[in-house]
Amino acid sequence: MNPHNKSIDELKEVAAQVRRDIVRMVHAVNSGHPGGSLGCTDYFVSLYFKVMNYSTDFKMNGEGEDLFFLSNGHISPVFYSTLARAGFFDPKELATFRKLNSRLQGHPATEEGLPGIRVASGSLGQGLSVAIGAAQAKKLNKDNSLVYVLMGDGELQEGQVWEATMYAGGKKVDNLIATIDRNGQQIDGSTKEVMPLGDLRAKFEAFGWHVMEANGNSFETLLPALDQAKAATGKGKPVMILMDTEMGYGVDFMMGSHKWHGVAPNDEQLEIALQQLAVNEAADY
Amino acid sequence: MKEYKYTEKKDTRSGFGAGLLELGRTNPNVVALCADLVGSLKMGDFIKENPERFFQIGIAEANMMGIAAGLTIGGKIPFTGTFANFSTGRVYDQIRQSIAYSGKNVKICASHAGLTLGEDGATHQILEDIGMMKMLPHMTVINPCDYNQTKAATIAIADYEGPVYLRFGRPVIPIFTDPNQKFEIGKAWMVNEGTDVSIFATGHMVWKAILAGHILAEKGISAEIINIHTIKPLDEEAILKSVAKTKCVVSAEEHNRLGGLGDSIAQVLVKNTPLPMEYVAVNDSFGESGTPEELMEKYGLSENDIVDAAQRAISRKQA
Repeated sequence: MNPHNKSIDELKEVAAQVRRDIVRMVHAVNSGHPGGSLGCTDYFVSLYFKVMNYSTDFKMNGEGEDLFFLSNGHISPVFYSTLARAGFFDPKELATFRKLNSRLQGHPATEEGLPGIRVASGSLGQGLSVAIGAAQAKKLNKDNSLVYVLMGDGELQEGQVWEATMYAGGKKVDNLIATIDRNGQQIDGSTKEVMPLGDLRAKFEAFGWHVMEANGNSFETLLPALDQAKAATGKGKPVMILMDTEMGYGVDFMMGSHKWHGVAPNDEQLEIALQQLAVNEAADY
Repeated sequence: MKEYKYTEKKDTRSGFGAGLLELGRTNPNVVALCADLVGSLKMGDFIKENPERFFQIGIAEANMMGIAAGLTIGGKIPFTGTFANFSTGRVYDQIRQSIAYSGKNVKICASHAGLTLGEDGATHQILEDIGMMKMLPHMTVINPCDYNQTKAATIAIADYEGPVYLRFGRPVIPIFTDPNQKFEIGKAWMVNEGTDVSIFATGHMVWKAILAGHILAEKGISAEIINIHTIKPLDEEAILKSVAKTKCVVSAEEHNRLGGLGDSIAQVLVKNTPLPMEYVAVNDSFGESGTPEELMEKYGLSENDIVDAAQRAISRKQA
């Protein structure tokens, strides 16, 4: 069971709250990665407030629960906010993001014991392998729940991703739903300019994956896609969702540009962003 | 000098294989992963009995480390197997982030360490692995000395919760430790009590240290020989107790002089009781092709090198 199981209207409210958290968190420490966090907010909210079966009483082994791994760890703000809003820890703790003695490290870590995090990520390209291992353990344990993993599109330039892609297809890891945040942006520019990714559908299909595409910034399309992805598991192929998102989604001046990958808004920009993300201010951390 | 007799010689990697086989029978959570070197790592017997608990990863060591990290989340105890070079240098960042920093219970089992890999040459002869692994917080580093000890260590690390680097090798060497020994992580093993010099040796160099001890005895020198099978955590107590008596030190390892066992011991001495110390190690160079014996001779890792180092250390003692 998903502990929240929210309607689309409720999901939209949660997503606005999470986006407020993101811009406030990175503004407060003048560092962090708002662009990808905002772009993936609807995906995170879908998983944690509708799709995944899990308990907020965090156990590392996640027995009988769906597991989520974040490979592109730099979008930690959306991960932390989602976990807090879902009930893993008090949203007040979001105020410690990137500060000394915090459990909310710049990139996700297990070292400080933050509930909801099962592996450190930040150095790119490693999450898919870890997710495969967790999925294989579930099979050994006869645990029918699923493993989700999110990667960035720029991250596909790391060689380990393709080692893992070959393994999951070749060894039929079919209790795994991977998603690529296809926002077309990376630090030095667009993926097209920096390192063209080519035909991702054809690439993953050639490696033996079941490949789907979805708009990651619309619950109306994303939720059915996630349902279809679930339905595609258990059939001998790992599942890949090529999820199109817009970096910075929800804050107009942050949208569509790689410039907000790793830059925090200033005071004035924060005010404008929060006006655009107006929900219940009283719920801010 | 205590006599160590042996009737048989075997490679330490076979000790790993035997230990893994036993774990397969006794611990249902133990799983094994290999990157296309099943025969070299002697994993065949485990695989035959436990095919469902074995993961053939192919030639993709980075992916193997990640998958191993993931398997721990479901309560498995993964033992990864490949050559020491591909177990460490090739995958340092994967070990650092997904295993060590993430506190994952992965056992990184590394064969063909050091020069004694032989003819394959320097691309495969890693001499920096102990240094890389001991620098990682949370990592335990073990380098046992013979077949029996490697088997015992393999079994022992399954019961220890946390990442471990287990280093062993290819050459066939005397089996001189107890087949029924209980392996204690972090507890140095007294090989021979002596009074003139402390020789701290690890891995294949322990047998060489015993040979050196006999040569030294003929020269009237009483060598204390201690097997430091666990380089991290280091048994500082055993080291300090020994040097309090002998007042000089030789370290012996099949590894680069920089960053290995010797440096760990030197740190203990500097902090507690500065004393003359000599290194028997590879002098900051890569290896090359050759037989294991030729290489150990050329790179200064023979019993005679230990003897010379012991005499140098003794001569530096303050009267």
